[in-house]
Amino acid sequence: MTSDAAPRQEVIRTSIWQEEPEPDNPFAAAVCRCRGYDVYGELLGKASFIEYLCLLFLGERPTQVQAKLLEILAIALANPGPRDASVHAAMSAGVGGSPAASALMAALGVGAGGLGGGREVRVAMEAWEQLGCNLSDWEAFLRHPPHAERADIWPEMEHAPGFDPHAVRCATPVAQTLDTLAACGAGPHLPWLAGQRLTLESAAGAPLAMSGVAAATCRDLGLSAEQGEMLYLLLRLPGAAVHALEQAQLGFKRFPFFHGAVKYVGQQPDNE
Amino acid sequence: MTLSTLLEHEDNWPTRLGYASVQDGTVSLRGHDLLNALEDLSWMDMLMFGITGRRFSSEQLELFQGLWKISASYPEPRLWNNRIAALAGNARSSAGLSLGAAIAASDATIYGQRPMIGAFDFLQRARAACGGGQTLQSFVARELEVYRGIPGYGRPLRSVDERLAPAERLARKLGLWGGPHAQLSIAVAEILRTRRMGMNVAAIAAGLCADQGLTSREYYRLTLLAFTAGLIHCEFDAATHAEGTLFPLRCERLHYSGPASRGW
Repeated sequence: MTSDAAPRQEVIRTSIWQEEPEPDNPFAAAVCRCRGYDVYGELLGKASFIEYLCLLFLGERPTQVQAKLLEILAIALANPGPRDASVHAAMSAGVGGSPAASALMAALGVGAGGLGGGREVRVAMEAWEQLGCNLSDWEAFLRHPPHAERADIWPEMEHAPGFDPHAVRCATPVAQTLDTLAACGAGPHLPWLAGQRLTLESAAGAPLAMSGVAAATCRDLGLSAEQGEMLYLLLRLPGAAVHALEQAQLGFKRFPFFHGAVKYVGQQPDNE
Repeated sequence: MTLSTLLEHEDNWPTRLGYASVQDGTVSLRGHDLLNALEDLSWMDMLMFGITGRRFSSEQLELFQGLWKISASYPEPRLWNNRIAALAGNARSSAGLSLGAAIAASDATIYGQRPMIGAFDFLQRARAACGGGQTLQSFVARELEVYRGIPGYGRPLRSVDERLAPAERLARKLGLWGGPHAQLSIAVAEILRTRRMGMNVAAIAAGLCADQGLTSREYYRLTLLAFTAGLIHCEFDAATHAEGTLFPLRCERLHYSGPASRGW
């Protein structure tokens, strides 16, 4: 047997989760506390799921306004609908009989990027962190988005973050979500975004997208850009799950294959 | 982009990559009959032809594959992406899910894809800067000042990289040693020697591959699967152990530092 060092009792450091073991099994928890609250001994039956989600992300029991914001956002994001690329990916897994986890992984992978995905929310939130509610700074940013000097796993953003490059006008559900969230009494980002939306859309050359609303909401919840990205990814999974299940039941013959859509425009096949 | 872009692409995906015909079973890769005319194509050859549209010599293809083996496929379940694969195997997930999750995690910052892309990009920018008259010393100094580090130099667990010599040996054997980017990677290592930022294999691999004419976007696609052998090995090994036995943790090994016990 070879080993590079003697084993030592390393620990997982956390300010979120605390456990007390069962008396007869050090690997089984008898008590689990989340940020100080006994999850199974007290929270169950008292806290709502949204309150618990807030506690996990924010570290504290949410205010009524915070809980309301997150509940509205969670419903708005829960199902992007089967035309959305992330849900399309999940359905593609479902229709092929792939494992349930692969449907969610597909939705996460596709829904992680710079067009309507977690990456877009993070970039938009970083802009909020830098620009606050300064209209002239936002206009300058949207007209001339900064370019990264170094290459990365993420491609460069091809449009203003939080705005929809394909849309003609702000989609009705996006506007409805923004109006509902802005009326919750939170701030300052959502009310400011609602008030300046048309000016910002003009500077961006594109209408506001749901990712932009989500970014502003996450800022008003007090989340960091990294937390907002993670929460956005998480909240969009329910729709992907149920649409994957539905298409798995319907089968691949009733799912679009896009017959005739792929058109080869490169070098013509040779006569090898 | 506007609405017209979507309308133009509705049921229309023009591509130079290829297609598979549902009607006659033809499979075309960049204009070549994949199943007949390209039957002697190695897997690495097909991968790189599909990515770049260019063909590479057998030596270049051997270099790409050799760098995969040398740099990224350790049979070590403690390494973070390998650990994901191993945990999946030990928790009795599927091998496919294990690999997918672990490859996704390899888009990492302290190891994996970001240092590899970063090193490649750094060497290309360094070469361009030096070609424009800047000294390598000043370019390196600016990178350190702005970004506080240089991808491909420094290593999280072990400062000396045991993979450098095998990588150089492979490139020399194939007659592919000594290109400008590889030389540059060595020159940068000399500059950083006094800063305890030892060169790691990401820098030399990036230099060698940049010398084969790859772009950074192409290089990222090449390296995507670099870890897969180690990931599969770790998953398979963990799947043969008793379930749930990979690095079990006692409750007391959670070192809690949050709020004290309180009532809701």
